[in-house]
Amino acid sequence: MMTASPNFFTSTDQTAEHFYAQMLLIRHTEQQFLQLFAQGKLNGTVHTCIGQEASAVAVVNALDLQRDVIFSNHRAHGHFLAYCGDVEGLLAEVLGREGGVCGGIGGTQHLYTRNFYTNGIQGGIAPCAVGAALAEKMQGSGAIATVFLGDGTMGQGVVYESMNIAALWGVPILFVLEDNGIAQTTPKQQEHAGDLTTRAQTFGIQTFTADSFDPLALHATAVAAVGMVRQQQCPAFLAVSCYRLGPHSKGDDTRSAEEIAMIEQRDPLRHLELQLDPQQLRQIQQAVEERVRLAVEQVLERPLVATNTTGLTIGRGEE
Amino acid sequence: MSQMLTNVESLRGALHNAMADDSAVVVFGEDILDPYGGAFKVTKGLSTAFPQRVFTTPICEGSIVGMANGLALRGMRPVAELMFGDFITLAADQLINHAAKFPAMYNGRVTLPLVVRTPMGGGRGYGPTHSQSLERMFCGVPHLSVVAPSIFHDAGKSLRAAIASAQPVVFIENKLLYPLRQQLHSTATLQHEFLDAEAEYPTVRLRNFGAGNSPDVTLITNGGISRFLPSLLQRLSDEEIRLEALIPASLSPLPPIAPFAAAAANSGRVVIAEEGTTSNGWGAEFAARLYESCMGKLACPIVRVGALPTVIPAAKQLEDEVLVSETTILNAILKVFS
Repeated sequence: MMTASPNFFTSTDQTAEHFYAQMLLIRHTEQQFLQLFAQGKLNGTVHTCIGQEASAVAVVNALDLQRDVIFSNHRAHGHFLAYCGDVEGLLAEVLGREGGVCGGIGGTQHLYTRNFYTNGIQGGIAPCAVGAALAEKMQGSGAIATVFLGDGTMGQGVVYESMNIAALWGVPILFVLEDNGIAQTTPKQQEHAGDLTTRAQTFGIQTFTADSFDPLALHATAVAAVGMVRQQQCPAFLAVSCYRLGPHSKGDDTRSAEEIAMIEQRDPLRHLELQLDPQQLRQIQQAVEERVRLAVEQVLERPLVATNTTGLTIGRGEE
Repeated sequence: MSQMLTNVESLRGALHNAMADDSAVVVFGEDILDPYGGAFKVTKGLSTAFPQRVFTTPICEGSIVGMANGLALRGMRPVAELMFGDFITLAADQLINHAAKFPAMYNGRVTLPLVVRTPMGGGRGYGPTHSQSLERMFCGVPHLSVVAPSIFHDAGKSLRAAIASAQPVVFIENKLLYPLRQQLHSTATLQHEFLDAEAEYPTVRLRNFGAGNSPDVTLITNGGISRFLPSLLQRLSDEEIRLEALIPASLSPLPPIAPFAAAAANSGRVVIAEEGTTSNGWGAEFAARLYESCMGKLACPIVRVGALPTVIPAAKQLEDEVLVSETTILNAILKVFS
């Protein structure tokens, strides 16, 4: 019987309870972002992964978090929290408060901690991740790299250059396609010819497919893909079918109410809730709400990041 | 006897030594493996000596630099070669939005020791897309260094400094300099010294006159234009015009402006010559910096010399018409002198 200790956020148990707790933590944190924006306390923007949390949690938990390298994109909060659980570091970063993981310079799209890197340019992280994986292979660390891409990003040529090199040179990298079927407001069918899940196969890259509706099954597939990449020192492609419940960013959802209602039926959190004991469920929900509420309170009390931040001056000459 | 080396020998030796000294150095590029050894032979012999760390790549400049970024973030020291400088546009996203961004936007918590080497410049009849000098497009990008040694610099030493740097560097080589011998010391008619010998990428000061005299004109230039200077300084000497040429190796960020401003104020006449086009360019930036420091101290306006604002033709007589020549620079100097 698990207890409602905050430890379950960082537990390595691959259980429904653990996954549900992490997914709910991501959901609550991102809902806080949207509220804080509406209250005028969040400068700029955020891209939430509300509805897609299972992909982040299931795939990240398949990795060796002590050594593996992760590259993520503009929609990275879920990957970040599944990787390190640092709610305060993320909140402070996005809110421009002291203690943000990148000193408030990076913000929502440009996060870094340990072996976790994100950037806001679509596709550009793919070759970076290949290079990182190659570095780990050359150094004999046993680590692999994982790169998270969206279906919209599959329009970028550099993604295919990266697949070509990764397959050609035997680079240990897992390409994860999080296919939510929509790029900002444009449906996949208006952007892509053919089938996205077969594109890596032409490079001889083994392709795995899974649906985020069942996080435990997705996790099992991710474990198989990660194992193959690590053991065979070659790339793999994991296509995850998922659903974006929220807007691309904030107020830019042009989908119909019927479509959103249909997507809500595919919410993986609901799917897991049905598998959990009601008492456990309440414990987890209370613990997550408390965790996020306290984090928001605490971070909002911190001072704004000072303007003499050192990261802005590195390597800069006489200007 | 490094002064006896040609530019390409100096660069090649530096790559060999860098790989021998540090197992984190890896070299990538198109067609760089032996026996070919790269389009301009800078990497010749490298893949034979270090087969595990020299990679020939598919044609994909964006991913060549992207991979190098990932390697650099994870503890390696990648040196990527782009076969022609013109192809650097395909890697612009990786240089501007990745290499120049990661260390600063992650608040200085990562380093990115990247070198992207590439040959620029015309004069070989390669035509509009294999002859340009596009380095100015990367000048002024914060946190990205642009370095271009001249024939009066120890190019290999500059390359070693770039490889040792924790910051990303675009390293410009000039095609016409490759076969020329480096000139690192004074001769009977040409005084060679460094303005700032201890700098990472020092500035060369060349003079066609001896100590105790003041210059008549200051020429500020870089990279491939330096090939004209031995003959140009001699011709000006014959005309009894004292020329001081200042040749920085760091194009961006610009080196500290004070010694350049002092030299400009001393002669009162400044010509700035560059291989590429002049609009919004390196020379324009240099001139603006000088005006900020030298207002009222110059005898005449600064004159800029560069390629005509058009494509670089393939036919020799047309290419000659578009590119900077010794005569164009000479005429500009005579113009400010009169």
